[in-house]
Amino acid sequence: MSQENINNSEVDIVIGALQADLSSFLNEWRPIISRFHLIIVQDPDLKEELNTPEGFDLNVYTKSDIDRIVGSSGSTFFSGYSCRYFGYLISRKKYIISIDDDCFPAKDNMGNLIDAVAQHITNLTTPATPFFFNTLYDPFREGADFVRGYPFSLRSGVTSAMSCGLWLNLADYDAPTQSLKSQLRNSRYVDAVITVPARALMPISGINIAFDREAVGPTLFPALKLAREGNFRWETMEDIWSGMCAKVVCDHLCLGVKSGLPYVWRRERGSAIDSLRKEWEGVKLMEEVVPYFQSVRLPQTATTAEDCVVEIAKTVKEQLGPVDPVFSRAAEAMVEWVKLWKNIGSASFPGI
Amino acid sequence: MASTPSVPLLKDELDIVIPTIRNLDFLEMWRPFFEKYHLIIVQDGDPTKVIKVPEGYDYELYNRNDINRILGPKASCISFKDSACRCFGYMVSKKKYIYTIDDDCFVAKDPTGKDINALEQHIKNLLSPSSPFFFNTLYDPYREGADFVRGYPFSLREGVPTAVSHGLWLNIPDYDAPTQLVKPLERNTRYVDAVMTIPKGTLFPMCGMNLAFNREIIGPAMYFGLMGDGQPIGRYDDMWAGWCTKVICDHLGLGVKTGLPYIWHSKASNPFVNLKKEYKGIYWQEELIPFFQSATLPKDCTTVQKCYIELSKQVKAKLGKVDDYFIKLADAMVTWIEAWDELNPSAEKSTELPNGAAAAAAK
Repeated sequence: MSQENINNSEVDIVIGALQADLSSFLNEWRPIISRFHLIIVQDPDLKEELNTPEGFDLNVYTKSDIDRIVGSSGSTFFSGYSCRYFGYLISRKKYIISIDDDCFPAKDNMGNLIDAVAQHITNLTTPATPFFFNTLYDPFREGADFVRGYPFSLRSGVTSAMSCGLWLNLADYDAPTQSLKSQLRNSRYVDAVITVPARALMPISGINIAFDREAVGPTLFPALKLAREGNFRWETMEDIWSGMCAKVVCDHLCLGVKSGLPYVWRRERGSAIDSLRKEWEGVKLMEEVVPYFQSVRLPQTATTAEDCVVEIAKTVKEQLGPVDPVFSRAAEAMVEWVKLWKNIGSASFPGI
Repeated sequence: MASTPSVPLLKDELDIVIPTIRNLDFLEMWRPFFEKYHLIIVQDGDPTKVIKVPEGYDYELYNRNDINRILGPKASCISFKDSACRCFGYMVSKKKYIYTIDDDCFVAKDPTGKDINALEQHIKNLLSPSSPFFFNTLYDPYREGADFVRGYPFSLREGVPTAVSHGLWLNIPDYDAPTQLVKPLERNTRYVDAVMTIPKGTLFPMCGMNLAFNREIIGPAMYFGLMGDGQPIGRYDDMWAGWCTKVICDHLGLGVKTGLPYIWHSKASNPFVNLKKEYKGIYWQEELIPFFQSATLPKDCTTVQKCYIELSKQVKAKLGKVDDYFIKLADAMVTWIEAWDELNPSAEKSTELPNGAAAAAAK
């Protein structure tokens, strides 16, 4: 995938460091990411100093940076997997690509190393087609096009705001599923990028994701914190929540969300059964969350991502707040985030 | 992992419907996969021509004279000189499932070089549920080696019955005439190893070249419209059926899948001829799409036929002003349902959703 159409200086790669030794992670990604600027945010709960190899253009942010910039309450928001959102906040680039630190470059069906970054960039810089499903998938890919019957007026597409990649080996299953099917590994390489249709909801996983920060940055925030959120993906829901907000906002603002390539190789970490022992609060909460998101409608007056988030926060508080206090807290957190975004996230904030 | 249980043949529950105007030589290549099944051949064009069916196949064949004889005046709803006539085959079938394929479609190979049994994959697709209410990022969760991803609500994991399985094509892709003119050499070489449910509320262009459906739960919606001889439009038959079918499936809580299986499409039709046929369709579809996107069906439409009649009323009311053709088409839609019910007298009962969950997932 060539990247002539995008300047490397428009991209930040944000890594949330949940482990101290990033040398094997960064070294394996080196051929793919060394020409980009990296923002590495250390999980505030991680006490050891990070180990990063030479030869990267990177900035590391630790608990003290987080405290300094957003205040000490900020550290609670940005703990565990959520530390990456601090990186989203302080980045000043147009595009962000974020990959979990237990994911590595994968190989495609021909045995070639997948340049996940290039694929995400291609996904974000080619249009999306959310209003009508193209049966040959992404019509802007080489060797494909719109099929017979696809209305011509919809062929220019809309701006892509998100690119949701997938995972080979350890897929992003929940704890019950992975426990039940302990040997299940994803070995199927599906050579497609598709636009997720407007008004179709989906679980957006934070494991391998890229987005247009200017367009949807304000929508991606770990507002929904599980009481016993942990350091394994099985024990979090923050990306699922913010992803659903992001999809609703994208649908409202006529922005596209793509899913499919690129794949990353996700290594084994933790035990699904152990995670299952923790309360699977997230699974229960999803049952309330989905009907809400399916019915939420944003007013015409909400024309920016910030406006949309504030509107969603209002209705979350009204409709979901009574169901469980975690939602009221989520609504408050979303409002806080928009404030943070406006102050710190905007270009004029000094001292990053 | 346990070995995949074998997929039921359904040889007494499935008919293969093939429209043809020239010959059925392509069936030789399909023999290993099709021979056990009953074929319904709908012969278009000159009824005096004799269509030779390869030895060993069990079939019934209908030409225009047969269609006129069986339907009488209602035969007016069946197109002439267009493969849209295939829907007559759906109507006369007595089986639960239909697979329809064009006579220029051959067996494709998967990336390992193995011949693809398209019919078997369609059966797998139809016998396992669909998931239209929430998109699964790992595609069909009922496929071996896949499942629902984290965040997928458990209450939606049972899925809904699958009404349609829409297959794809390697080699000559199903492009419209303008695209064919601009890219005459483009071939589809990308094998995408996925089956996915098209979300509720999303329309798609349904191609009739490699298509299977559950006739019992959606059959009456698969009317391929008025095309060909004496009609202002062609090559929109399957599109029309697809939009009607999707609206009705969404209303009745049924699923539509697309993706595997692939067939090998060998013949590129003449783009100039195609352009003449499609011309009106290309700008009419700008009205048709908003119409279908906003079409709603009342709650009391609980059967496919009721949904379809209601849709025909809306077509007449809203699209009649686009062109008189749609008034004719709306009438033909009603005729189609009348003919369907006449030929399938117990159909009223059988098109309501069967009790009990969908058949065992082919996992």
